[in-house]
Amino acid sequence: MERITTDICIVGAGPVGLFAVFEAGLLKMRCHVVDALPTVGGQLAEIYPKKPIYDIPGFPEVLAGDLVDNLMKQIEPFHPTFTLGERVEKLEKQEDGSFRVVTSENTEIFCKVVVIAGGLGSFEPRKPAIEQLENFEGKGVAYMVKDPEKFRSKRVVLAGGGDSALDWTIFLSGVAEELTLVHRGTSFRGVPESAEKVVSMAEEGHIKLLLKSNVTEVHGNGKLNAVTVMIDNETPYTIEADYFIPLFGLVPKLGPIEDWGLELEKGAIKVNTFDYSTNIEGVYAIGDINTYPGKLKLILCGFHEAALMAQSAYNIINPGKKYVLKYTTVNGIQELQ
Amino acid sequence: MEDAINIHVELHDGSRVTLEAPTDMGLSVMEVMKANELDVPAICGGMAICATCHVEVLQSNELPEPNDDEAYMLETLPHATPTSRLSCQLKITPDLDGLVVRLMPEA
Repeated sequence: MERITTDICIVGAGPVGLFAVFEAGLLKMRCHVVDALPTVGGQLAEIYPKKPIYDIPGFPEVLAGDLVDNLMKQIEPFHPTFTLGERVEKLEKQEDGSFRVVTSENTEIFCKVVVIAGGLGSFEPRKPAIEQLENFEGKGVAYMVKDPEKFRSKRVVLAGGGDSALDWTIFLSGVAEELTLVHRGTSFRGVPESAEKVVSMAEEGHIKLLLKSNVTEVHGNGKLNAVTVMIDNETPYTIEADYFIPLFGLVPKLGPIEDWGLELEKGAIKVNTFDYSTNIEGVYAIGDINTYPGKLKLILCGFHEAALMAQSAYNIINPGKKYVLKYTTVNGIQELQ
Repeated sequence: MEDAINIHVELHDGSRVTLEAPTDMGLSVMEVMKANELDVPAICGGMAICATCHVEVLQSNELPEPNDDEAYMLETLPHATPTSRLSCQLKITPDLDGLVVRLMPEA
């Protein structure tokens, strides 16, 4: 269990989170950045690294991936530290007004200010609308395959038609005792080789492939033991199953941040545009995750918000100290030791 | 308004609204719905990655086929129907006049 002490904990390593390190660094505040993804860059790195962005001032055209690389270079003098591949779970205000942030891997970050730059949120599995499904989570229902050995010699039902459904069908066919893939469509749009493999495995009887089908019910007593499948809207029938794994892709969600007591509006965090502070003193929200009258979800606006946030955070971290805006053209960049 | 069409949206409560959509602004159906403050999260802003602008087309002229990104996303959605579309990928053109869509529940 790692323990980190810093001035500012930034939640989210997207462009706005990274630029916040820069603005904080100019004011000699240290930052630790946490992101649920294993790499920095957020959406820019994960979703569209090769797409050009045209509305970054001074860059007629810049690839999203290059913008991230440049931001990393820009913040280098401030030596930020990172916890990647861990999701923030808890935020606790200590008696002295500082914060304790805890991640999914129990990394603890002690800081004076928290800046949420979480973008779209973290990507969570999309859950199909099946009654009682959530009651069986961890009791036979899983949304991802973490340890394939868990399914050895078990009866497994997979649902979905994307690449991950195909890949896991192929992989688990060699592990599970009985494997059924339930797919709503009549064909697969995923990688053609995987799709052909799945179809031929079904023809050879290694797996059961149910097309034009949906899982409509889950059954069990404390633990899953069967699912009901509706084929082509005809009579439903029941398959005995130890595990049901719906694989319907990922959807961005606010996640645990939702329970931190922040004022929310339509899935975004409400802020005061004076300094992008939230209703919790010492907690700021910048970039796509915040909302205020006139909000535009632009990287450009997130950068501006980061600058104003840093001025306000300075007053919390350095109580009583006066600050005058300094220009990098006058002072250059003073490396943080 | 000149250069505008009407589209009709069935809301979650079953009621329908008619929206005027300019054809010369390069907007998508999702953007028109958001501009009219309908309950469409569209979290990703139109990149076909979140499917929170998912609609079912109830009535339309011939629509352009979904591109690969959209088709792939529709296929992974648990409750998509044969006429499901991501409204962020439907560009407002004169052909869309009279389009009727239904907002789909967020998964």
